[in-house]
Amino acid sequence: MATTTSLQSKRSDPWYGPLLTLDVLAGLAMVVAIWAGLLFAKDATNLAGDEQIAQRIFYFHMGCNITATLGFLLSVIGSVGYLVRRTLVWDRIAQTGVEVGTLFAFGIMITGSIWAKPTWNTYWTWDPRLTTATITILIYLAYMLFRNGMDNRHTRARFASIYALFAFISVPFTYYSARIFRSIHPIVFDGANADAQGSFSIGPSMGQTLIITITCFTILFLALFFHRWRQLSLEARIEDLKEELYQ
Amino acid sequence: MSSDSLRGLLGRPVTMRTDGGSAAFMRKVWAVAAKDVRAELRAKEVASTMIVFGLLAVVIFGLAFDLRVPKSSMVVPGILWVIVLFAGVLGLHRSFGAEVDRDTLAGLLLAPVEPSAIYFGKLASNLLYLFLLELFVLPVMLVMFDTNLFQFHILLGLSLGTLGYAEVGTFFAALTANSRARESMLPVLLLPVMVPVFMAGVSLTAGILDGRPVSGLVSWLVILAVFDTIFFVAAYWIVDLIWDGI
Repeated sequence: MATTTSLQSKRSDPWYGPLLTLDVLAGLAMVVAIWAGLLFAKDATNLAGDEQIAQRIFYFHMGCNITATLGFLLSVIGSVGYLVRRTLVWDRIAQTGVEVGTLFAFGIMITGSIWAKPTWNTYWTWDPRLTTATITILIYLAYMLFRNGMDNRHTRARFASIYALFAFISVPFTYYSARIFRSIHPIVFDGANADAQGSFSIGPSMGQTLIITITCFTILFLALFFHRWRQLSLEARIEDLKEELYQ
Repeated sequence: MSSDSLRGLLGRPVTMRTDGGSAAFMRKVWAVAAKDVRAELRAKEVASTMIVFGLLAVVIFGLAFDLRVPKSSMVVPGILWVIVLFAGVLGLHRSFGAEVDRDTLAGLLLAPVEPSAIYFGKLASNLLYLFLLELFVLPVMLVMFDTNLFQFHILLGLSLGTLGYAEVGTFFAALTANSRARESMLPVLLLPVMVPVFMAGVSLTAGILDGRPVSGLVSWLVILAVFDTIFFVAAYWIVDLIWDGI
């Protein structure tokens, strides 16, 4: 009996097939990303020993970086969208952006720390980029807590959107105030930071690998984003039905 | 009540007087701030709590670091700014929390003034309390840590930082006033956003105490001033959105 109902719900849900496909794609994308990062990419030319091995985490670091940025960008778009349009669809985009973005931001932290130990000889240092990343994560954790504290859905959406805007203004300030100290974080694309430690240059196979892993992480991001977004939409529908029932 | 004024009350909403330009706006801000200070003079619950907490914190930090640090000026910048932030957050949530507790927030919002005037009035009273706190804390720190913080650039940085803190703090106090557990929610929201002010303030104070040339420290003052300006404008624009559903 239980299987019949679950089968019926699968059939009646138009999103079931596409989402399952996306999940499988995301799983495959992670396999491809691991293959590209660990096997396909050639060694960096100027590194040796542990640093040479650690360097390969860069591809996953960048994958997380792009997707976290994407999530936070979507949260700002969703927040502005809500404040202009006042429909909860935008608010759900903002909330999903924050949640999935924060998840990938933790990915940035973890991969970065693992890389930093052999390269900088420490897991953590108060570098501008590290400081900014930490504060950003703290701000978005606060955002999630803040949402929990309010019951009315529209008040919650409005206040959370306002907070997201304020938080978004504060982040560049953190970056610039931290930047006045000397940075040791490598800048791979400009190569402009003379003080960077553990920097390496991008060869052709590295560039290709980077494109592959970023694409793969974006697929993973989309899968997680749609699942969470859909979950929130269903939650909202349950709320609507409850309100109708009690009236 | 004459039937004419009664019809006036029922027939159309009380209109907000937005004429009179900036002078009229300043008078509204002043009215809100004066109301707050008057309530504070009678209840003595915000500024007094902040000051006593500030002094207590100086003593606790003094006990914590006394014999362990070679030179007290190494920890004084951090202590000063931590005390301002923590004592401030203690008072800030009361500025709207007290209105909610006494059910007077709706009355305040019904007053025929712009929401931004209410915000700036609250900002002015909070700024006054914070400066009062610093007025008490700085001399005590001079005695406890034997470090002279009464230097022009330190005081300038402290004033700019306090202004930025009051701006964002008052705004977030309004934002959290209606949420559950606002006392614990405000610091969680506020402190990460205040990190730039904290970093700039601590670095500036430490630089001056170390006797470094002021020309190299001006950038911190610039960060504080730009922070103040941007959040002043942002709060002015966004503050209307906080109360538009109530």
